[in-house]
Parts: sequence; structure tokens; C-alpha cells
Amino acid sequence: MTTIDVPPTLHVGQSLRRKEDPRLITGRATYVDDLALPGMLYAAVVRSPEAHAKVLAIDTSKAAAHPGVKAVFTGEDMSDLLAPLPMAWAPPGVEVKTPERWPLVRGFVRHVGDAVALVIGDSKYVVADAAGEVHVEYEPLPVVVDVEEALKDEVLVHESLGTNKAHEWSMGGGGDIEAALAASDVVVQRRIVNHRTAGAAIETRGCIAEFRAGQLTVWSSTQVPHLLRLFYAVQMGISEDKVRVIAPEVGGGFGGKLQVCAEETMCAWASRRLGRPVKWIESRSENMAVSHHGRDQVDYVRMGATRDGRITAFHANIIQDLGAYFGLLTPMIPELGAFVMTGCYAIPVVQTDITGVLTNKFFTDAIRGAGRPEMTHMLEVTIDQLAQELGMDAIEVRRRNFIQPDQFPYETPYGITYDSGNYEVAMDRALEIVDMEGFRAEQAALRNDPTRPILRGIGFSTYTEICGLAPSRAVGPSGFGLGIGLYESALVRVHPTGSVTVFTGSSPHGQGHETGFAQIVADRLGTDPSVVEVVHGDTATGPMGLGTYGSRSLSIGGVAVAHAAEKIAAKIRQIVAHNLEADVADIEVRDDKFSLRGDPQSGMTLAEVAGCAYIDATKMPEGMELGLEQTLIYDPSNFVFPFGTHVCVVDIDPETGKVDVVRWVAVDDCGPAVNPMLIDGQVHGGVVHGIGQAIFEQVVYDERGQLVTGTFVDYALPTAADVPSFETDRTETKSPSNSLGVKGIGEAGTIAATPAIVNAVIDALRHEGISYIDMPLTPLRVWQALEEARGRGDGPRATEQGRPLPEQAEGSAGSGPTIPEGGAP
Amino acid sequence: MGATVPLQVTVNGEAHASEVPARMLLVHYLRDELGLTGTHVGCDTSNCGACTCLVDGESAKTCTILAVQCDGAEITTIEGMAQADGTLHPLQEGFWAEHGLQCGYCTPGMIMAAADLLARRTAEGRVGTVSEEEVRNGLEGNLCRCTGYHNIVKAVQAAAEASRRITV
Repeated sequence: MTTIDVPPTLHVGQSLRRKEDPRLITGRATYVDDLALPGMLYAAVVRSPEAHAKVLAIDTSKAAAHPGVKAVFTGEDMSDLLAPLPMAWAPPGVEVKTPERWPLVRGFVRHVGDAVALVIGDSKYVVADAAGEVHVEYEPLPVVVDVEEALKDEVLVHESLGTNKAHEWSMGGGGDIEAALAASDVVVQRRIVNHRTAGAAIETRGCIAEFRAGQLTVWSSTQVPHLLRLFYAVQMGISEDKVRVIAPEVGGGFGGKLQVCAEETMCAWASRRLGRPVKWIESRSENMAVSHHGRDQVDYVRMGATRDGRITAFHANIIQDLGAYFGLLTPMIPELGAFVMTGCYAIPVVQTDITGVLTNKFFTDAIRGAGRPEMTHMLEVTIDQLAQELGMDAIEVRRRNFIQPDQFPYETPYGITYDSGNYEVAMDRALEIVDMEGFRAEQAALRNDPTRPILRGIGFSTYTEICGLAPSRAVGPSGFGLGIGLYESALVRVHPTGSVTVFTGSSPHGQGHETGFAQIVADRLGTDPSVVEVVHGDTATGPMGLGTYGSRSLSIGGVAVAHAAEKIAAKIRQIVAHNLEADVADIEVRDDKFSLRGDPQSGMTLAEVAGCAYIDATKMPEGMELGLEQTLIYDPSNFVFPFGTHVCVVDIDPETGKVDVVRWVAVDDCGPAVNPMLIDGQVHGGVVHGIGQAIFEQVVYDERGQLVTGTFVDYALPTAADVPSFETDRTETKSPSNSLGVKGIGEAGTIAATPAIVNAVIDALRHEGISYIDMPLTPLRVWQALEEARGRGDGPRATEQGRPLPEQAEGSAGSGPTIPEGGAP
Repeated sequence: MGATVPLQVTVNGEAHASEVPARMLLVHYLRDELGLTGTHVGCDTSNCGACTCLVDGESAKTCTILAVQCDGAEITTIEGMAQADGTLHPLQEGFWAEHGLQCGYCTPGMIMAAADLLARRTAEGRVGTVSEEEVRNGLEGNLCRCTGYHNIVKAVQAAAEASRRITV
């Protein structure tokens, strides 16, 4: 890139009000369901009530005859699709058995909600009625739901694969893990269940597909419009230039819309067949059943340490519940977590073993954090377990093992290079806010309250994570094995009047790109963010982009925008120097113009410069191209590694087992802030996502593979009344990975949160003899642990659904080691 | 769609007379018949509150009310909250100033539910005072996945404060 002066940070660093908000707070935004096209038809999907069955017959005649129905399609009708739905991870040298997945099933259903037929008609009421009139005859097959049961291969999800074990992946670093554990003074081990959750964006998925005159246009509630364009072209055999994908206003994603969705392919296909636009809007019941779930691992961890609390080795054996098929990234999720297995600590020897297992459930895939919350949970919970075992303070154990500031860039045993960090400063800042001494006094007083004792606990999580998903060489086909390199694009266009349009390939759904990116560009072009419009989510308007996920938007997309603006600024300096008959080196950017250094009255505004570039060519330097526009693709040199300390305080009612989060302190470091208000917002939302998993949320299938949590009645998202306000603070450690020094923050809260809560609950209950309880920490689960610890747990234990607890779940609570010597099966 | 039924409603001050299918949900009437797409559907089971509007001054989840149940009613949607000259309602101003929204999908319902909450405080003679706990309990029927509610609470309290200043 062209090097220029560091621009002044007039707008960057300010908590500017969002440019997005006026349309959103007045009801004038356009989400996909707000759009209607002339002649538009509606789609409804007929779904399997069986978790595993052979489809013997599909009778569509009654539905097809329903007034207003235009067509009913089954899997056979769509046999002209050129490719199955994609899974985009092919790690070199690793066998991944990928089950074929078509938009509509071909002969078998393998989870509740599997798509059997598509009904197209005049209105949403018509297709909903007619979908119920498609008669499907099933021959039920044996079902396997539990992931460790599925490992036995007694019931196969896909007969043709011959096994449920779809892939195994191991990575070790620093030496032999068994030898390192054997040489440790102390080894703690634990079986940790990281249960299945839902993304649960408040706007469900949905699309309108219109195939008209050889051109396919799809409006989709997606995080990845450019990837969709690529896949539609491949699947439907349409030249990519004839495919346009538009992400209109998108009502939340959380990874759930980082997907190539079966239903959208169906609509695109049906639109081509029928010559009419087709709209499909997911119901919440469908969303709970067939929008990908997240997490769902059974983890066996072992951590070795010296008697004085220095961690010597850490091993994780991860059994991942894949579900019945693969989404875009399904088998890759735990691997992403493995890259930060050492967290903030100088752990010399590590090993991750991952087994991906198919079950008769919907597939899991990336949900906010994607692998990193699970790994951070294992690490941060186990460190507390280690501290318990050693009789040491959990904070002190962390302090003794932190990678020190002078060790950066720090290469982990896995060969990952952490860019920058200062972990102790963030932790000490959090401790300062919390006041541990005061807390312990308060804890004792509440516990000993004779009238109504409350069990108060405090939990810590000191995390670092890997985000800013790029660089292309590292993650792409010849590296980690993703199907495409992850870079980001920017196009900055100054208009003849001096206002600016910025096109980004990053595709937001609430993050505030239109504001943050405008702040970055305004500072570089000497103008105001109010005249910088950021356009996103339309493949026809900007260059190829990779979308928004993995906390990559600012550190990749924002940096791309900054570099494009800097290149334009360099050109502007030449134009201004030419007109002022000055040296280029003497031109500096100010808040409202480019001026001669030391003479703020002098100079030209952006509009005046644009006038030279577009209107009066005689004012341009000899030989300079007209116009003020720059396109570029930015591919960074490394990931970024934000970090911080989260502290959770819980109150537990011993009579009911109810856990209340009463205080939360978050000190995060994501480098220099572009807009601190947006950072706080991401932290708040991320933490509540984690609180949701830790206490409230769980996707539950019964033993027959029926989905128990099919609506928001049964799937408990946290409400405003369930969570506290947050105390947030930041430290700022620049990343050397990019010129802005910025890191990601979208997932940090979720990654940090769950172990802080579990550690807080254990801190509250330890004196009762309870050393561990798995999430979700529902009142029933906590109350049962208390009853058992107090010797009153003699009766049959109940599950969350009131049925007796299956045998294999024993040992998920209580004290003592829970797995035999030598680790996992 | 089955039998139609006559329906007269006033929405955002404008009178409408329609024939609607008896089973049409109010939210579909507002969105599809009147084009007021600011009211969203999030869950179909009246848990999330994205569809909240004011029906005769009280917040109601329009995804579980039939349009015909509202015959003769006065309905206010998010589109009716700002003044005709574009001046924002204090709640809209509060959500903007306090970053009380991210993706914006739950926001119209949140604002309408909060309007009901603040109106109740006013009816109790407590204009402009609403505690954090009251906001949290009052908005329990509205889900947000983005904000963690922190800034929504601040937004509603800021709006209450602004209303007090206007009223006093």
C-alpha cells in the first residue's frame, strides 16, 4: 500500500451514533419478508416427523389439487441440480466422510425436520394448509441420538458410510502428551458436556428467489451473499455473472446465517421451473428444528501441573456431535477452537484429539464463537478445577501461567503466532473493579444469613481467542483446508460532489459497519461520516467479498476500507499539491479539507478535489487518471487475538437451585477502538449469549430423536429480567497484524462467558462439597446437586423433562474424578 | 382463505375499512394489507414480542390476535410513533442515543412495549421515573438476541427522563 501520514483520529475513537438507526427505529428498514415482487409465489416445506426412516411413498395429489397451489415438488423433481449442498472444509491429508445432502431428501429421512416436499402456491396461508395435505409413508428405522452411543456404530445414520465416525483429527505440540502428564505433580481430569444450543436470531431465515430472463436474483437473510452467489452458480449451472444475491436488512445472524440453505436452493430452482418469484420465510418451529445448531461436544480433558501451579500439559479429547449431515463448516468447528487451546497460558505440551460423529439430529455448525467457546470453556473451567486440587487461588494459578508481554509475538506449541497481549493488566483491572476482599466478606455474610441464606459465588475467565478469519494462505484450500481463501474487499468511491460511497464485501447484520467504516473513511478523506455511505450485501454493486463471521469485519473488512481510502488520499494530496503549487509532502488531511501543513486556512475540500477529478480535468496533474475511486482486496499476514478478563458473580437460592447472575465485569482488549459504543454493545450481547447457554438454553432431543425444544416456549432465551447490567472496561494493546492495530470483538463475550459462570457457581457451592456441574445450570440441576451433596438425593433423579436420568449421564455432577485413568474411551 | 369479515380499524390515525379473511392474523393485516412492515414476526408463539403494537393504547402481540378481533380498535404501530414532521418519539430518540439496537429486528416491538410501560407509569402519576428493575420486568415479554438488554434499559430510562422534561 501507499504509505501516508497517520491520519488524525477525529472520528475514529468516538462513540458516534449509528447511521443505520434512523430507518430501524422508525420501521422503515427492509428485511427480506418486507419485500414483495409482482407475481410472487410462496413456498412451504413438508418436513419429516421421523428421526430416521425410509420414505416409501409421497402422495402429493391432494396438496396439488388444493385451491391456489401451483406445484408440489419432491427430491426426484430436483434431480437436475448439479451439486449437493456444500461442505467447505477439505483439510489436506485428513479423510472426512461427507454424507451427501440434497435440498429435498432422496429416499431416506435422517432427522426430524428433514425436507421431503416443497409446496408452492399463491399465499402463505394456502401453502401452509396444503403442506399438511402431502401424505408421506415412512418405514421407521432405528435411531441414534446420543453421541457416545453413536460411536459404537450399532445404529448407522448413513448405511452407505459404514460408520458414524465421520472424521478424526489430531494435533499435538511441544512433546508427548502422555509423558508430560505422567511427569506432572498433579493431573486433574474431567468430562465436560458442552450442550447443543440454537443461534436463535430473532429474524428467522428467509429468501425470495427470482429467475427472470436467464438471470437469478436471490434476496436472502444471509451473512455471506457472495458465497451464495458462487454456490448457486455451481448448483444450478448458471454462469456466476448471471447470479445476483442481495442481503437486505438482516435481523441477526450469530453464525446461523453463515450457511448455504437447502430451502433457498429449492426456491431458486422452483423459480426457474415456474418462471415466477418464490418466497420462503422460515417459521420459528422450522428455525428451531432446521437452522443449524451449535456446540454439542462431549469433552474429556486432562491438565497436568507442578505442585506450585505451573501447567505442564493439557489434553482435550473432543467428541463432536455432527448431527445427520454437514452444513458449510460442520466438521471443522472444534478444530477452530483447538487453535487457541493454550489460551492465555504458556502451556508447554498440548494435544487435541477430535472425533466427529453422526447422529439422527440436525447438523451443528458455526454459532457465535464456533469452537472457541467450547475450547475456552474446557480450559478455563479446568484451570479452576486445578486450583481446587492444588488448594490455590484460581487467580494466582492464572497469573503464574500467563504468557508475558515481552514474549509476543508468541508461538504456541501448535505453531500459531499470537500477535500481541497483556493479560495480567486486563485481569488486574478487572480485579480492581471487583474488589475481591469486599466480595469475600459479602459472600460469607449472605451464606450465613440465618433467615434466608444465599449462596453467592464469583467466577473468572481470562480468555484469548483467534479471530479476524483470514489470512487466505493459512486458511484456504492448501492451508487449513477451507474451500476458499478468506480475504476482504473494499471499493471507495468519491462522487463528483465530494460525498463518498464505500462498498464492502463484509456483510453486517447489526454490527454497525455503516457507522464504523464511515468513521474510518471520513478521517482519511478529510470529510464527515454523515456524507460517507457504506453499502454492503449486494453482489452486483461491490467486488467479491467473504462476509461477516468470525469477528473478521473490522480487522479484515475495515482495514480493506482504510487502505482503499488511504490510496485515494494519496492521490488527493497530489491533486491538492498541484493546485496549490506546493510539495505533496506538505499536504495534510484535516477534519474538513486537505491543507498545507501549518496553514489550516489553506487547502481544498473533498468536493473541490472531486471537482478536479470529475469535472475540470485541467486542474489535474499532467498524466493523472481522472476520477477518485479505489478497489482493493486486503489479505492480512496473521489472525488477531483479542483477550480479556470476565468476572461473573452469581447468587444461588439453595431452596430452588435458581442461579441469578447479579454482577458482570468485563475488561476486554480488542486493540484501539473505532467506536467504543459499538464495542460495548458487542460485549453485552456476546455475554448474554453465553449466559443463555450456561443457565437457560438447551436444544433437547428425546431418545427417539424428537425435538423437545421446538419453539421459544420450550427453548429459553434469556430475557431482560434474567440478566444484569454490565460493567465494561477496556485495555488497548495494538495488533501488529494490521495497520489499524485492531482486533475482533463480536464473539469475545460469548467465548469468555460460560466458564466464568460455571466457575462462579462452583465457587458458591464448593463448601457444600460440590466441585463441578455441567451446563446448563438450570434450577433442577443445581438443586439436585445440592440435594445429593447434602445427602438427600436418594430418590430417582429427574432430567429437565421430568424423566429418569439415563445411566450414562451419571457423574455429570458431584465431586471427584469422573473418568478413569488414561482419559477418554 | 375462507370467509371474509368486515373490519374497521384506525391505524396510526388513519381509518381503514376492509374485508378480511376471518382467520387473518392482525400482524399479517398490518404488514400485507396495509404495508406497515415495521411490525415484525419473530416466533409465532407470542414469546418474542417482535410483533408488539398498541391496540387501544395497550401493548399487544399481533401475531396471536386475529385482525377481526380488533374491529373498531385504534392501533398504533412503529410507523406511527414519530411526529408527522419526522420528530422522533422520545423512545426512538432514546434507542438511537443509547445504542439500544443492533440488527433492529426486535426494536419496533421493544419500543411499542416500552411505550406501554411508560404510559402505565404516567397513569400512576409517575411520569419520567422508571427503575432498571421496572424496565427489565416490563420488557420481559420481548426478546433481543443482539444487545444483551443493557442499552435497551438505558434507552427506556432516557426516554422516561426526556418525557418528564417535556411534561414538567
